[in-house]
Amino acid sequence: MDTTQSCGCSCTPGIPSLPCGCTQSKKETPGIRTATSTITIDNRFDHFLARWGVNRMGHTVRPGLYQLGNPDEDSPVFASANYTLSFDALRSALAGIDAYLLVLDTKGINVWCAAGKGTFGSAELVRSIECTDLAHVVRHRTIILPQLGAPGVSWPEVLRRSGFKVEYGPVRASDLPRYLKTHTATPEMRRVLFLLADRLALIPVELVHAALPAIAGALILFFFAGPLAALAAVTAVLAGTVAFPILLPFLPTRDFSTKGLILGTIAGLPFAGTFALNPSGPVWMNAAGTGMAFLVMPAVTAYLALNFTGCSTSTSRTGVKNEIFRYVPVMAVMAASGVVLGILLGLLGWLEVI
Amino acid sequence: MFDSYRGNTLRYDPDRCINCGMCSRVCPHGVFVPGRETAVLSASVSCMECGACALNCPVQAITVQSGVGCAWAMISAALRGRDMDSGECSCGGEQPGSCCGAAQEKSE
Repeated sequence: MDTTQSCGCSCTPGIPSLPCGCTQSKKETPGIRTATSTITIDNRFDHFLARWGVNRMGHTVRPGLYQLGNPDEDSPVFASANYTLSFDALRSALAGIDAYLLVLDTKGINVWCAAGKGTFGSAELVRSIECTDLAHVVRHRTIILPQLGAPGVSWPEVLRRSGFKVEYGPVRASDLPRYLKTHTATPEMRRVLFLLADRLALIPVELVHAALPAIAGALILFFFAGPLAALAAVTAVLAGTVAFPILLPFLPTRDFSTKGLILGTIAGLPFAGTFALNPSGPVWMNAAGTGMAFLVMPAVTAYLALNFTGCSTSTSRTGVKNEIFRYVPVMAVMAASGVVLGILLGLLGWLEVI
Repeated sequence: MFDSYRGNTLRYDPDRCINCGMCSRVCPHGVFVPGRETAVLSASVSCMECGACALNCPVQAITVQSGVGCAWAMISAALRGRDMDSGECSCGGEQPGSCCGAAQEKSE
């Protein structure tokens, strides 16, 4: 297909000396599409599927310029990502406002993650401005970007290359109506909060990603070690994927791994107790069972907790790297000793039977 | 102990600052706040190294080795025998990863 082919330079007419980075198909006229502020049932269903990680890269909007309401050449221009959740948050927040929406091609990724990768970036923004002929659509030279697009965008570069001035709006699209009254954001509009609702929204996708290994592990344990061990595995995974996001700010320590170790130990308590108080088993066997619960369960929960760093909004790369070097070996040793203990226990039990 | 996030790569040279206010506008964690003569680095420990401030500072008063703090991406890169820092956030790649899924769809 010719989708990656350079367009016949419908962008930047009259300035042929500028390099044309336009990658639109020749068949597509770079016209202005229409968007509304209404979120339909179809949209909500799409959001639901996105939350559950179904067809993960498929929640896309066609990149390009959209008109919302009846904008004229003085109407504001807002940039967004071509991820349905991002685009829908923007258009629904702008209900009743006449505006242009410039959707960048971020490959179906949300603004912040795309900015981190650079796909929501200066180059793509400049390309979109040129390809949609924005300079001839509006008279002013300002484009409002979501604040979280800033890690990918350099405003001096965009100004130099496109003539458009970048204005960083608030973090959340829902604050835009308030922001537009003065074009200044309050400090709280500039903060990423990661509230309970934000964290709850991430649980389905966490569950989906952990489901297969968790079910496989639980089945193996069920056949070789019994239902209690299988239940312990499921509990450790649920602690790491469901309880951890909910309890994140309430767990002591800043490191995600240590938070996970604490949570996994708490989750292991009932299992360790059950093993310890087993009246039929010999003391050494009860002690080994208790040890297993306290070795394997915290390690599993802590590993899942560490992997939540990418979903969280506050972890630096330096810190995450420190965490990996500090705690992954600890988790590995804990899990391995627990498994070895379990195998030994199984072998001894088997020997006793014969 | 228990704080792997105490140190980071954020460096700020207030002598270069022209007090344009851009860093405090783009920072999602209030690391920089507006000051009387220059921007004030008020909460360095809250920095997540996203790089927005450095990229948008017109006089290069800020440097930071920006990257995504995603253990999943770094561990995957290490397991595939690649440099941990080359481990881009997997989102958007072929490989489905648990990282960033729908993290910030609330943004515009």
